[in-house]
Amino acid sequence: MNLQDIYLISPEIGIAIVAAFVIIIDLFVSNKKVLPVVALVTLLIPLFLTIQLHLDTDIGSKTGFSGTFQVDDFAIFFKYLILGSTAIVILSSTQYARRFGGHQGEYYALILFSAAGMMLLASSMELITLYIALELTALPSAALAAFIRQRKSAEAGIKFLVLSAVSSAVLLYGMVLVYGLTGSSHLNEIASSITNNGLGSSPALLFGIVLITAGFGFKISAVPFQMWAPDVYEGAPTPVTGFLSVASKAAGFAIILRVFYTSFGLDNANIDWANMMAVLSAISMSVGNLIAIRQNNIKRMLAYSTVAQAGYLMVGLAAITALPGGDDNAGPIGVLFYLAGYAMTNLAAFSVVIAVSNKTNNDSINSFSGLARKSPLLAGAMALAMISLIGIPPTVGFMAKIYLFSAAMDTGLEWLAIVGVINSVISAYYYLRVVKVMFLSSPKENEKDSETSYGVGAVSAAVIAMAGTFLFGIYPEPILRIAHTAIDSLIG
Amino acid sequence: MTLERFLIIGAILFAIGLYGALSKKHAIAVLMSLELMFNGVNVTAVALSRYTVPKALSENIENAASFLLTGQVFAVFIITVAAAEVALGLAIIIAIYRSRSTVLVTEAADMKK
Repeated sequence: MNLQDIYLISPEIGIAIVAAFVIIIDLFVSNKKVLPVVALVTLLIPLFLTIQLHLDTDIGSKTGFSGTFQVDDFAIFFKYLILGSTAIVILSSTQYARRFGGHQGEYYALILFSAAGMMLLASSMELITLYIALELTALPSAALAAFIRQRKSAEAGIKFLVLSAVSSAVLLYGMVLVYGLTGSSHLNEIASSITNNGLGSSPALLFGIVLITAGFGFKISAVPFQMWAPDVYEGAPTPVTGFLSVASKAAGFAIILRVFYTSFGLDNANIDWANMMAVLSAISMSVGNLIAIRQNNIKRMLAYSTVAQAGYLMVGLAAITALPGGDDNAGPIGVLFYLAGYAMTNLAAFSVVIAVSNKTNNDSINSFSGLARKSPLLAGAMALAMISLIGIPPTVGFMAKIYLFSAAMDTGLEWLAIVGVINSVISAYYYLRVVKVMFLSSPKENEKDSETSYGVGAVSAAVIAMAGTFLFGIYPEPILRIAHTAIDSLIG
Repeated sequence: MTLERFLIIGAILFAIGLYGALSKKHAIAVLMSLELMFNGVNVTAVALSRYTVPKALSENIENAASFLLTGQVFAVFIITVAAAEVALGLAIIIAIYRSRSTVLVTEAADMKK
């Protein structure tokens, strides 16, 4: 370990220090309102360090800690995404966090520690590092899910912990088998060992890859590993649900792309995991959307919606071998772009849910009735988020879906694109139901609430996320460009 | 003892643990089953490291020495993280006991529709 290694890992160290700092500040101040402000301001430090790493052209080697840690453009993309999502989640939970009483400092710290794990995950190039980063992500999330003293919250916590541990064990078994077969735990060396020793069609490698897919499938809540999502999303505190649905999923896709492209690239492993992804994608979309129709709880509905969104995202994982004339990288670039758009959209939706459920103490979709009259701003943000989740212009969800589905067409997966479009139509039913309830039903009390009564933090988080959803829906160019360089650095 | 026997023991431990984790009603028993799964992985990791590395060294495979202890290191990390996992699990189980006066996971099913 030398200074160069410390420099490479500085954003992660920075965010861990921010988390510890928040706990220390918590000990000394009695007014807990300053905690989110402290967290948000100090989050600029890891952000600055990430920008510094991003713009540093004479950085030398981007790999540190004996090849276990890599800060390429791909990792940087996810660090920005995770930092941004974390900041919006913290902003949106300022009002809600008062329910945690004296434990607000720990709440913000756990979110920051989990974010540190996610950032580490995006950079890890070795199986043990990857596992540690994954657990650093999952354990604080389980603690957060059980954070309120309510029956449902503790239940969500134990469900998340047990299922996450089972999935980690399955993942570990797969990783250990791959290690035993290839003799190395470095992703690059696994790839070269598979090529050099002709292990491409070994059944043991296939078994390992299937177990690894199952383990990662849990993290992104793809069918058939989605069973934890609805209960955990419903029981956990709402900001935590938002955090899990956005940042945790982004980190999961980061590591899937990293492992599958670096270690099991199609040119050396003879296993067609793209087809496996295509099937999982079609099942995830259909199951998620069909079950979401029946939900009356907004958090549960959004849980099934994220299962469906994971299905759309996996279209990009399946679309990897383009027909002649197509772009081989369009699929993974689409995944990155979709993740960024999905993060903004879903955070807008969750910020509104946090604001409304915090005020009404009710998670049912009916608690949104007449929101357009009570708070036009929140209703507008929610409506735009729902439209973006369906994939209707002028939102970022539309651009992202166009990009992903056209990548699927380019790779000869027309059937998957058709399934995706049909599913988008199905999903319109339950997303628009929320819009209908907000705009057409009359509110229970007729007076207009002031926007600030919903909590300044949540409202401003909703506005920021809504602005992102709208702006990048019209002008997606900047994100696409960053996603492009990120995928170039991953695939080369 | 050959490598196969260790791999089989590891697989059996893993399978027993998986069965237990999915079927046990008592929350503590679920945590114990999780521990079995992790230990099945540990046995596999250490056995693979013990048997494949000397073979690679004797065959003069390039870089064999560099992955000398990876399996063992893997096992140590798994044990450490599993301990953290169980500690958190016990804390949540206490929270469940406080709200329901039971630690049966079948009773913690408010959200099951």
